[in-house]
Amino acid sequence: MLREGPMIDAHRVTLAAQDDFEGWRDAARDLAEAGVPPSAIIWRVDGGPDDLFATDATQPKGASFAVPRAFIDLAKSVVCHSDPERFALLYAMLWKLRTNRNAFEDRADPLVDRLERLAKEVRRDVHKMHAFVRFREINDRFVAFFEPDHHIVRHTAGFFVRRFTNMRWSILTPELSIYWDGEALTEGPGAARAEAPGGDPLEAMWKTYYASIFNPARLKVGAMLKEMPKKYWRNMPETSLVQPLIANARTRELEMIDRAAAKTGLKHALEAERSIEPGGNLRASWEALFKEARGCTRCDLYKHATQTVFGEGPLDASIMFVGEQPGDQEDLAGRPFVGPAGQVFDEALEKAGIPRSQVYVTNAVKHFKFEQKGKKRVHSKPNAGEIEACRWWIDQERSLIRPPVTVALGATAARSVLDKVVTISKVRGSPIPLAEGGECWVTVHPSFLLRIPEPERRVEERQKFVDDLKRIRDRAEKLTA
Amino acid sequence: MAQLDLQSKLAILADAAKYDASCASSGTSKRDSRGGKGLGSTEGMGICHAYAPDGRCISLLKILLTNSCIFDCAYCINRKSSNVRRARFTAEEVVRLTLEFYKRNYIEGLFLSSGIIRSSNYTMEQIVEVARSLREDHDFRGYIHLKTIPDADPELVRQAGLYADRVSINVELPTEDGLRRLAPEKDGGQIESAMSDTRAAIDEGEEAKKKYKSAPGYAPAGQSTQMIVGADAASDGDIITRASGLYDRFRLRRVYYSAFSPIPDASAVLPLKRPPLLREHRLYQSDWLMRFYGFKPAEVVNAAGDDGMLPLDIDPKLAWALKFRESFPVDVNRAPKEQLLRVPGLGTKAVDRILASRRWRKLRLDDVARLTVSISKVRPFIATIDWRPTLLTDRADLRTLLAPREQQLELFAA
Ligand code: SF4
Repeated sequence: MLREGPMIDAHRVTLAAQDDFEGWRDAARDLAEAGVPPSAIIWRVDGGPDDLFATDATQPKGASFAVPRAFIDLAKSVVCHSDPERFALLYAMLWKLRTNRNAFEDRADPLVDRLERLAKEVRRDVHKMHAFVRFREINDRFVAFFEPDHHIVRHTAGFFVRRFTNMRWSILTPELSIYWDGEALTEGPGAARAEAPGGDPLEAMWKTYYASIFNPARLKVGAMLKEMPKKYWRNMPETSLVQPLIANARTRELEMIDRAAAKTGLKHALEAERSIEPGGNLRASWEALFKEARGCTRCDLYKHATQTVFGEGPLDASIMFVGEQPGDQEDLAGRPFVGPAGQVFDEALEKAGIPRSQVYVTNAVKHFKFEQKGKKRVHSKPNAGEIEACRWWIDQERSLIRPPVTVALGATAARSVLDKVVTISKVRGSPIPLAEGGECWVTVHPSFLLRIPEPERRVEERQKFVDDLKRIRDRAEKLTA
Repeated sequence: MAQLDLQSKLAILADAAKYDASCASSGTSKRDSRGGKGLGSTEGMGICHAYAPDGRCISLLKILLTNSCIFDCAYCINRKSSNVRRARFTAEEVVRLTLEFYKRNYIEGLFLSSGIIRSSNYTMEQIVEVARSLREDHDFRGYIHLKTIPDADPELVRQAGLYADRVSINVELPTEDGLRRLAPEKDGGQIESAMSDTRAAIDEGEEAKKKYKSAPGYAPAGQSTQMIVGADAASDGDIITRASGLYDRFRLRRVYYSAFSPIPDASAVLPLKRPPLLREHRLYQSDWLMRFYGFKPAEVVNAAGDDGMLPLDIDPKLAWALKFRESFPVDVNRAPKEQLLRVPGLGTKAVDRILASRRWRKLRLDDVARLTVSISKVRPFIATIDWRPTLLTDRADLRTLLAPREQQLELFAA
């Protein structure tokens, strides 16, 4: 904007270097005190492009004025920016401050906003230089090559001096290089990457560390890129690992999850799991889980029910039955399947030749949900939120017991085990493999059998249920054989 | 055990440390290596020297002294019954690695934790020895964070605090029952009493510093802790309540949350499914609400749903605002700071800018847009001289309007 038309009587300021804050400050102070408006000044850096129409600025001093400290601090950063307009913008701000000392506090002012943004970019670049400089040890000297976006090398030197006072080091950049010999800081011309040669054996160590500290189960590439943009990668040894690490992450995670189950079959997986069960205390873990569940408040159902009705049965059961939720009698007894539906269930189990004492029986939802009708507590269906909240418990039961066969009795149980809504008639009768191992069979809930009014249909459906159970029994025997 | 070279040990013992979420290296006293013989500096703000593909920052050399352990905590990969390869550093090896990494500007310092070997005291002695050697033999002035062993001799724990910038003791799980189930050998009471000892030592250290400038600082970056999320039944509400109790009672600087993640050779007691990482993120956000935005723990809990869980699709501040719509719109030209801090989309910086600017002008929507990151997020909740969102806060679909769309970032696109 400064160079649009010829400016015959423009003032020209030549600064000694790209980051010459003192030069800018001295010139700006003089010009502002002399009342020279921003449009009349051309700022250039020694060695930069000249402007034919400008004359060197020397001004008589006028009345002096003070500027807020915050502006000076900001100007020190902004001067390091690579934006060629920075000196002029800063001067424009100074010009505003001349008549309104508080102008800088108006953050909604576009000029203030622009300067803040420039300063922020410089601060970020400085921060990244502190972080991403990588020294290599070469003959007792530590040498780094770095490519900053802005003119920040001198600005950051102090940090490295304070941190590495007793080392001899060099930081080479395309524009400027700095050297520290333990006592004094010196400057040299820009350099190329090749002047910081590789061969530091520690780099291999560092890469080992980088690869090992990364958790493949938590891939978050976006977050990484935001903080470590690719433009910095060239000079960081560890970044060559990023791509292979990402490519392998999913495989590694899957391996972690189902290492044995997927590869050697369910039986081996079960054995392997049992052999590493902590201190052999599967029972203790289950008991603790059971106790924990007694205090559950994950959904509102606990408020009105008598108690949590947890699952029961041997922990090495090969079949786990999952019902819907406890009813009136279960709620009082604290045990699953003891009421009328439980009796139907017991009879069917017996006909199918499955001893109840050998299976694990539990419910998808562990608290009784009911409506009070007079003196009666009438069962009401759990909603999706309640099933979801309570799934935490059944998931835990299943991961402790790892049944080869899980039987979902009715739609609610199926929804809980399979984590989706299914139609019983469609999925009944054949196994559905489960992601975490084992398989799920879906059949009706015993209470459905209780509610069938027509006697013949009732007999027929009960027989179908028993047939399902027989098939499940055979399957479980086959899987654990 | 066959002898392992240093590099293999590093691979094993860094791998074993990666489940620990803490990485911060900030908030300690300022110091540098001028006038000394060694190296290192701290300038208040920690520096993240690299980022791993899991999005986490690498600021410290985070390793275990050993991954052998006499305990058998189900959630821990290093538990006795786990089938992982074991390794052990000598104190001297850790010292050397720390110094060499530091000299190359790879790290800010050391985070040292350990499995428990032989006895708690023996292990704690080794940990303290590493820190002692770094500070005394090598005049190391970088950052040191030590994980203390709760039932070690209090005197050893005290020494740790004298050398370290920060000490931490993990509470491990948000509920007592969870701890009993998953870490039967650990004792919740003991963990808390160790925290309270540490708090006392830090308080004392600060008192002494007030009296004599030369008094040695005791863990100037304070103490922190970590909780594993998703391995027991605690809801977000439970976790937030527990965390705020810990903050109050032990004056913790930070509570870290670590979403339980499937570990190789997982114990049968653990859930197979990992909790969504977003859950961890939401917990951190709720932490910020309390620490920087003046929310009371109970208010954050209110932002959770009936099941006690924070929504995953929107952040807790927005969730709170949508639930308590009667608190909006907030007039940016008049509202006190506390109220501005409640506006979704206004961070602490934006609020400061608004407060500074409005002394000089009446803010219009355009002005606010310049002071904030995203005006569209903020707009429904504020009023300016030229804007009032009367209808918007009543809209039933406000949540869908404001919930962020899922975004994928392609890393290796040209
Ligand atoms: S029904 Fe399930 S989730 Fe709800 S309170 Fe009872 S045990 Fe907890």
